[in-house]
Amino acid sequence: MFVYADNAATTSVSKAALDAMLPYLTENYGNPSSLYAFGQRAQEALQEARETVAHYINADPKEIYFTSGGSEADNQAIVSAARLGARKGKKHLISTKFEHHAVLHTLAKLEKEGYEVTLLDVHEDGVVRLEDLEAAIRPDTALVTVMFANNEIGTVQPVAEIGALCRARGIPFHCDAVQAAGHMPIDVKAMNIDMLAMSGHKFHAPKGVGVLYARRGMVLTNIIEGGAQERGKRAGTENVAGIAALAAALKESCDNMEANTAKIIPMRDKLFAELSKIPHSKINGSLEHHVPGTVNMCFEGIEGESLLLKLDDAGICASSGSACTSGSLDPSHVLLAIGLPHEVAHGSLRLSIGEYNTMEQIEHICKTVPKVVEYLRAMSPVWDELQKGERKHLI
Amino acid sequence: MALYSEKVMDHFRNPRNVGQIDDADGVGEVGNAKCGDIMRMYIKVDENRVITDIKFNTFGCGSAIATSSMATEMIKGKTIEEALKLSNQAVVKALDGLPTHKIHCSVLAEQAVRAAVKDYYDRHGIAYNPEDFKEIDPEEAHGGHCGL
Repeated sequence: MFVYADNAATTSVSKAALDAMLPYLTENYGNPSSLYAFGQRAQEALQEARETVAHYINADPKEIYFTSGGSEADNQAIVSAARLGARKGKKHLISTKFEHHAVLHTLAKLEKEGYEVTLLDVHEDGVVRLEDLEAAIRPDTALVTVMFANNEIGTVQPVAEIGALCRARGIPFHCDAVQAAGHMPIDVKAMNIDMLAMSGHKFHAPKGVGVLYARRGMVLTNIIEGGAQERGKRAGTENVAGIAALAAALKESCDNMEANTAKIIPMRDKLFAELSKIPHSKINGSLEHHVPGTVNMCFEGIEGESLLLKLDDAGICASSGSACTSGSLDPSHVLLAIGLPHEVAHGSLRLSIGEYNTMEQIEHICKTVPKVVEYLRAMSPVWDELQKGERKHLI
Repeated sequence: MALYSEKVMDHFRNPRNVGQIDDADGVGEVGNAKCGDIMRMYIKVDENRVITDIKFNTFGCGSAIATSSMATEMIKGKTIEEALKLSNQAVVKALDGLPTHKIHCSVLAEQAVRAAVKDYYDRHGIAYNPEDFKEIDPEEAHGGHCGL
């Protein structure tokens, strides 16, 4: 059985998205910047997509900028707010310890340029505290950037409360909503969000297309210079087909959000219930504030990459925050941010499911994971020491 | 191209010599759980200083398991002196290569063998030059940073 359980990494392109994009790859391949009617047909597609995206997050179409993806949108939002702040002498940026690297690395770059960055604690439950934010705000704070939902552990942040606080203090608020868009309701007006990033391929659009929402009045700094596309704020001929697909996928995801959530939650809960039966396992992140489809757990005494390889052999696609899978020698910064010891974080597993998964697939996962954990523990000197009492259990 | 060679995947999927030896003549353990890999090797040595049996336990990624398995296979039936000549490069070569960031796994495998031999020498009162068994610095084996 093949089970794709890595929907937080990417998703398949839906039929609606594919149907929406195909005409712009074939018969309507014109350049939206061309004057003739053939080009203008592509321009109309962009306009329609802009209206659709704006509608689903309660923004104005003029506030929607199409980008190459979530990372570019995050980069542009943060750099823009930093440049705006600097003009007023404000060079303090606030974020959290467990943001995506698109945010953290952009902040680190700005830090080298002389900005000051405060990263808020996300506590053991993976949720930022409003009082921590309030305490971190300074007269020279130029930006607060907090993600909507964490990509690894799925915890949802108090976005509306953060938005209200920032608005009251006159501080721009950027929200990386890559994991939430299409999966949770977003209302940029009600939530007082000034800038927001999303990525098409997390909700069944193709890879390589994303959105930056920037509230009117937020002056954007170009990351890509060139032509006057996207009202001069993002040069480069538009990815018309991708943009059309993104709008169609967002529409489909939002229109079916309730039904999708109702389908996903019982599958997710079954994973939590069954996999929690594995001794010395731990669920990561608050379940109270959680995106529907993400399950993140740690299993003591084993290492994540070997777990993933064994799951792959059983047809299951999943991910882990172990050092070996992160490509570095440290385990995931997210798991460390919620206070997990290194040795525990190495044994993490993320399963992220979507509406295309079936209960039968979930049962396959529930049957396979305990067997693999047991197999790896049987050859693990760490587990051996834990069993003999020579090493203390951490979970 | 896949992350690992077919050889690595074979040794990961069907690791040779997994287990423990209760009456081992030498046991060596290297690595650190915080860094994400620990290898422990058990050797049985006969009167001719031949390694008649070898087992391993490994906590770690696919290449940590595969290099442990390959290293045990390469020295089983060899003399202690031959086992000490096992280099991490030889293990990597036997596995048809490892990704660059996984080379440290082969270093650990080589060190686990040496640690088991050193333990055998210690237990049997066999003299050796301590210089030949300078404890490997786990930091170094990991390229100098693993959050420690």
